[in-house]
Amino acid sequence: MQASLVTAYRRLLVRRAAIVAVLAVVCIAALMIDVMTGPSALRPLEVLRGLWEPQHLTGPQAAIIWQVRLPWALMALLVGAALSLAGAEMQTILNNPLASPFTLGVSSAASFGAALALVLGTSLPGVPADWLLPLNAFLFAFGSVLLLQAMSQLRGGGPETVVLFGIALVFAFNAAVAFVQFVSSQEALQQLVFWSMGSLSRTTWPNVGVLSGVLLIVVPFSLRAARRLTALRLGEDRARSFGVDVARLRFFSLLRVSLLAATCVAFVGTIGFIGLVGPHIARLLLGEDHRFLLPASVLTGAAIMSFASAASKTLVPGALLPVGVVTAIVGVPVFLALIFRRRERLS
Amino acid sequence: MTVAEEGLRVESLSTGYRARPVFQAFRLPHLSAGEVHALIGPNAAGKSTLLRALAGLLPATGAVSLGAHELLGMELAERARHVTYMPQSLPQGIALTVLETVIGALLASRVQAVPVAGNEAVERAAATLQRIGIAHLALESLDRLSGGQRQLVSLAQALVREPRLLLLDEPISALDLQYQLRVMQLVRQLAREQRVTVLIVLHDLQVAAQWSDRVIVLSQGALAAFGTPAEAITPEMLAQVYNVRARVERDSTGRLQIGVDGLLEESPAASLDSVEPMRRDSGLRA
Repeated sequence: MQASLVTAYRRLLVRRAAIVAVLAVVCIAALMIDVMTGPSALRPLEVLRGLWEPQHLTGPQAAIIWQVRLPWALMALLVGAALSLAGAEMQTILNNPLASPFTLGVSSAASFGAALALVLGTSLPGVPADWLLPLNAFLFAFGSVLLLQAMSQLRGGGPETVVLFGIALVFAFNAAVAFVQFVSSQEALQQLVFWSMGSLSRTTWPNVGVLSGVLLIVVPFSLRAARRLTALRLGEDRARSFGVDVARLRFFSLLRVSLLAATCVAFVGTIGFIGLVGPHIARLLLGEDHRFLLPASVLTGAAIMSFASAASKTLVPGALLPVGVVTAIVGVPVFLALIFRRRERLS
Repeated sequence: MTVAEEGLRVESLSTGYRARPVFQAFRLPHLSAGEVHALIGPNAAGKSTLLRALAGLLPATGAVSLGAHELLGMELAERARHVTYMPQSLPQGIALTVLETVIGALLASRVQAVPVAGNEAVERAAATLQRIGIAHLALESLDRLSGGQRQLVSLAQALVREPRLLLLDEPISALDLQYQLRVMQLVRQLAREQRVTVLIVLHDLQVAAQWSDRVIVLSQGALAAFGTPAEAITPEMLAQVYNVRARVERDSTGRLQIGVDGLLEESPAASLDSVEPMRRDSGLRA
């Protein structure tokens, strides 16, 4: 019996690893599709060839592929990965399936920061003008989470406290944004609305570099916390009795979440759906062993976002929809299908 | 370590909640390793609070030692190598198999100086499930189990860490008769064979009388009685602490039989006012 259980467990691990591998393949395919789609008349295969052998491209072709297609596609991939990982950690530490990076006011704070930058148009000393908006959005987003941490530390820091303070921050910042909108010029208002829809169109290579850097720093720490996060799912008292310092785990996890979410929001604006649903899809496929759940969340988020990016270029011929509008359209059917499949299996 | 040094010494323990201290300089007779100690008392007597303080889940001051180790002030991860606490609340239904949750409990922090290797963790978890008699549930998802089954899984999570001090908060409240018996037998066997000190909150006095070596009676954060079941569970204690009229007799096999005849006249309704505020994860008190 015991030996057979060990074998069964091994098989379970292999199956989970295989699912993660399949997700990785899907992710790469999604990235390829995203790079190959676009309004210009390039044929998909030409694009692929252009990636491997850039010397054969004409000047305009090279510009399209290397300055637009590729950085946008990579940005979509990275944003999806970052938001989904942030959502997975958030749902675990708050023990709340509805939590996402934006539940706690991160995006509202970022919008406020962006609004200030757009409306006031002032530039900080030493900061290039086109970095002002993302920097301001980042500072407000990150600052809001630090504020949240500080407030909930004062109150003891349980998950409900964090969520309640988060809701308070959402409303406070939304009111502040509305106020700024009310007093701002027509032009600034338009920019602000566009920004808040979430769009990849401002992507530059340095942006891609910064977000990859943040992910490279954060992901190893997330994975190192995986066992402790799994233990937390057994219940807070249990986890603590098994030696997990839950307050510390929650603190550093929120720090990682805010770093990821704030960086994403700063570059592409508000993209809501991924952080909520990416982790759920990963959970439905793999269960809650965070050694698998976290990498899988990274991959599901990245894949959904890549497909959404491709869809945003093709859904309306000749128009480029803001990707934030499309993510839900792409993700909801997948999500519903998984929920229904699971229902069937359970009943 | 000599046998005399083993076991739990609560010389002085002060703990409680922010605005409401529950224990102040609380003292217990020495609790020996290898024995099962039943912790009984009315609602809100402080039973769970005592276990949580010993497990390090509540801030506490004083002098409490397990063998040669001073427990208070020890880091959570360090303490978790010696002490395991099984909360009263049932684990929530999550998308993990029973076996995975037990492995997760074992791997949450180091249980010994050398990390448990992957294979050994699986073997230990499987062996624990087998001892409790739920190996057949090993590959079931936790969200498909009944309340009683989840309680058994929770017990497995605590036992797999092989602590020196085992703190169980009403571990059999959701179990049927057969499993109640199995669990109590197992707990006693663990205490005897591995010289574990067991502290177990029970509401059923009959179970406490039958299975424990010592009974600790708490009432409003103070020790009301201590001793063998026959010494601690007396009609006088039941009248004083539980406010009931009761008989305690030995049957032909020598077992204590407790018969409760009714409430005493002046029922102090005050005990309802002092019911502990419900904590997030503790659920309803039985």
